[in-house]
Order: sequence, then structure tokens, then C-alpha cells
Amino acid sequence: MNWKRLAPPLAVLVLWQAGSTAGLIPGFKLPSPLQVLGGLADLALRGMPPGHRLHVHVLYSLERVLWGYGLAVLVAVPLGILMGWSRRVRDWIEPLVEILRPIPPLAWIPIAILWFGIGIRSAAFIIFLGAFFPVLLNTVSGVRSIDPLLIEAAQMLNAGRRFIFLKVLLPGSVPSILTGMRIGIGIGWMSLVAAEFTGVRQGYGLGYMIMTARDIQRPDEILAGMLVIGLIGLGIDGGLRLAERRLVRWR
Amino acid sequence: MALHLEIEAIQKVYPSESPEGRVEVFHRIDLSVDPGQFVSIVGPSGCGKTTLLRIVAGLEARTSGRILLDGRESEERDRRIGMVFQDYALFPWRTAVRNIEIGLEIQGMPQQKRRSLAMKYVRVFGLEGFADKYPKELSGGMKQRVAIARTLVANPEVVLMDEPFGSLDSQTRNRLQDFLLRIWRERKDTILFVTHNVDEAVYLSDRIAVLSPRPAAVCGIFDVALERPRDRTGPEANRIRKEILELLHRPHTSPVTF
Repeated sequence: MNWKRLAPPLAVLVLWQAGSTAGLIPGFKLPSPLQVLGGLADLALRGMPPGHRLHVHVLYSLERVLWGYGLAVLVAVPLGILMGWSRRVRDWIEPLVEILRPIPPLAWIPIAILWFGIGIRSAAFIIFLGAFFPVLLNTVSGVRSIDPLLIEAAQMLNAGRRFIFLKVLLPGSVPSILTGMRIGIGIGWMSLVAAEFTGVRQGYGLGYMIMTARDIQRPDEILAGMLVIGLIGLGIDGGLRLAERRLVRWR
Repeated sequence: MALHLEIEAIQKVYPSESPEGRVEVFHRIDLSVDPGQFVSIVGPSGCGKTTLLRIVAGLEARTSGRILLDGRESEERDRRIGMVFQDYALFPWRTAVRNIEIGLEIQGMPQQKRRSLAMKYVRVFGLEGFADKYPKELSGGMKQRVAIARTLVANPEVVLMDEPFGSLDSQTRNRLQDFLLRIWRERKDTILFVTHNVDEAVYLSDRIAVLSPRPAAVCGIFDVALERPRDRTGPEANRIRKEILELLHRPHTSPVTF
């Protein structure tokens, strides 16, 4: 752990707390760090809305992400490998991707609600869209960046197309796929919170939770909720980094 | 089991933007490599040595001509030909031993059997202690030993080598030349070896084919009837080297007129 890196945020926290205590920062707009901690405790113990406690919100949000993201990876990785492998498939899919990719995932929310109603399927769909394109594009570029010499080396050892696909293209594109997966979960997690702003049927979800806190004027709980969202995003990224280091030791 | 390789009337023409609309790399190349013979091809850079080797390997198409192994022509890429590349072409995600065994994996040999055979090559190739290292952890000389082991363990009947020692420093290069000769003396593979280094060709080969600049043709064949181990700077080696160098530097194109 690099303790020096902790100094700037700690300094900001101290100044912030001092400003709040001195009455320079209006608490109804920006509560003090200690109040935010209190808000976190309230979220965890009492819940927002009352009875809907923090860990349940987290579980609901994670479930939505898992569905959307899992589906995105399951579709994007094989499709990306196919696109990298076959010019014909690429020529067909690429124009479609070019058209759909610039549309922000959040712009799909209205049509998602029309198609799937309010609930997990809508949210998962938004996360799917957020994660799908980065995973797809990184997989394609991973396959295409494989040195053609390696394919020739496999051919000279009499490898067939199947072997080359499974044992050369697939492992060779793993680093790119993992990069895409990391970018994808980041975008997916951000999209989820926004998707939950528009409402959830079960009354659970981190985005829903902080919107509810806003409705009843609890800025301490809003900030505590934001903190939890950030920390979970950080944790997911850290986990994938770890997996990356394990899986591509050869790099 | 080494085979007789015949390269018969190989012509290679590329379409191009030039006024003639085509570039002829070779007009006609004929070359024969006897079973168990070590033949080198030398030539000026850009003359198409590598292209010729890739045509024999079946990695590149020829315009006309035939490649025969023991008198038989193969429809597609001939599966009895193996190749060692200049840039090693090791699979970076596989350890040394897993690179060596990949050809056996392709042949469908069961895991335990192929691993023990690959480990035998690890020992013979002096790679003990490096079997579980990834290519990025190996030196250039070790990488090329892994690459040669990977090609030989799969037992090709003709081995093509495309400047395999071209990117090594001269000491490592000399060591690997001796090493290759030792391995070859045991196995007696049919080897077709491309190099731009005349010393290397004279030190290693039974026979040397010299290519002219484009459109390339075989402009000289030298038999090197020297006992091995050879003296790199002995009088006979020097004589052959001199003759080859003179042939390489003779102007083949029409003289420039002012």
C-alpha cells in the first residue's frame, strides 16, 4: 500500500469536515463526512425506504448486473471471435455495430421499458448494451492482432481450422477479451445505477435507493449511497485485474 | 525417414502496378535435395529466398512448377514438410515444453505420452530448467532451440529453415550451428536451409545453391565435400566462400551506360 497516495484525499476530507463544522458549508446541500458516515449506518441498519436495507439493495443491483453483463460476455466473445476470424461475418456485422454503438445505453431506457416493462429485464438489457460493445470490439481486435506467423506455424505443424481456432486464436485474444470485459463491466455498472433511477418494481437497487433518499431530502444518505456504488465498482475492477494478471502471466 | 525433395521449374509471378503489370520473382528454379542431405540457399537480399521456401512449404502459391517428395506431388500443402521460422513463431501463451509438444497434440498423441516425448527433447536441446518458462522469459538462442525442437519432434520428413539464426548474435549463432549439426548427424533429416550468410552456408551444408537477383535463378551449385567438424577458416572453406562471394557480387543486370 502506498500511503503517500492516501494523503490528498485525507486532506480533502479534513478540510471538508472543518468547513462543515465551522458552518461554512451548508449541511442541507453537502453534509459533513461524519454525517455521511451516519447516513451509511442508517442505510445499513434502518434502510431507505425504511425496512429496505443497504445489503438488499446491493444484492438486487448485483443480480441485474450479473444478468446483463453475463449475457453480454456470452454473446460478444463468440461473436467477436467469429468476426475477427471471418471477413464475411465481419462485413455483415460491422456496419450494424457502427450504427448502434454510438447510442448511449441510457438512451435505450424508454424503449427498454416499452419492451420489457419496469423490472430486472429492462435493467439487465441496459447493462447488456453498455457492456456488449466494448467486449465485442476488444475481442475482434484481439483476434485480428494475432501474429499471422503464429497461424502459419500451426499450419506447418498440420493444424486444422478447428485447432487453430481453439488453440491459437482463442488463447491469443484472451488479453484483449479481458480488457474488453473490464471496460464493459465499468460501463455496465454505471448504466445500471442510471437505469434504476427510472424506477424498479421490487423497490430495491442502489440507484433507486439514492433517488428515494433525494425524494425525502436525505443528502447524507445520497452521498453514502454514491460511496457504496463507487466502492463496489472499484472492487469489481480490482477482481478483474487480479483475474487478468493470473490468466495472462505469459505477457 | 528422410525423403528426397525436388523443386522443379518453379515460377513465381506477382501482379503489380509496374508498367509490365507483373513482377517475376523467379523465372525457373530447379533444385534437388537428396534424402538426409543438408542443402543451403544463399542469395542477395530481396532475391526471393524466403518466397521460395514458403512456396515449398505450401504457405504461398506458385505460378507454375512442381514440388515433389520422393517423386510424388501433393495436392495441397504437403503434410510431410516442417518449417523453422526466423522469428521463432513460438506461441507466447504456452510454456517451452507446451510449445514443443503442440505438433504432437495436433497429431492426437495422448497427453502423457506427448509430454514425456517433449521432455526428452527439452533435455536433448539443453533446455532443462526452462521447460515451464514462457517464451518471453527465454533468450533468443533458447527460443530458437524450442522452435527447432517443436518442428523436429513432430517428425517431418523434410525440414525447411528460414534464416533460423538470422537474429542471433554471432556467438550464439555459432553455438547453435554446432548444435544443429549434432542433432542432424543423429537424425539425418533432409534439410533445406535459407541464409544470407555465406560463412554459415559453407560451415553447415553438403551443398549450396546460389540465387541470382530478380528474376532469380540458381546461378551456381557448390558441393562442400569437407569432413565435419569443419574448420570455419580452413583453406578449402575459404576457397568455396570466395567463389560464392564472387558469384554473388558479379553484376547480373545489363551494365549501366552513361
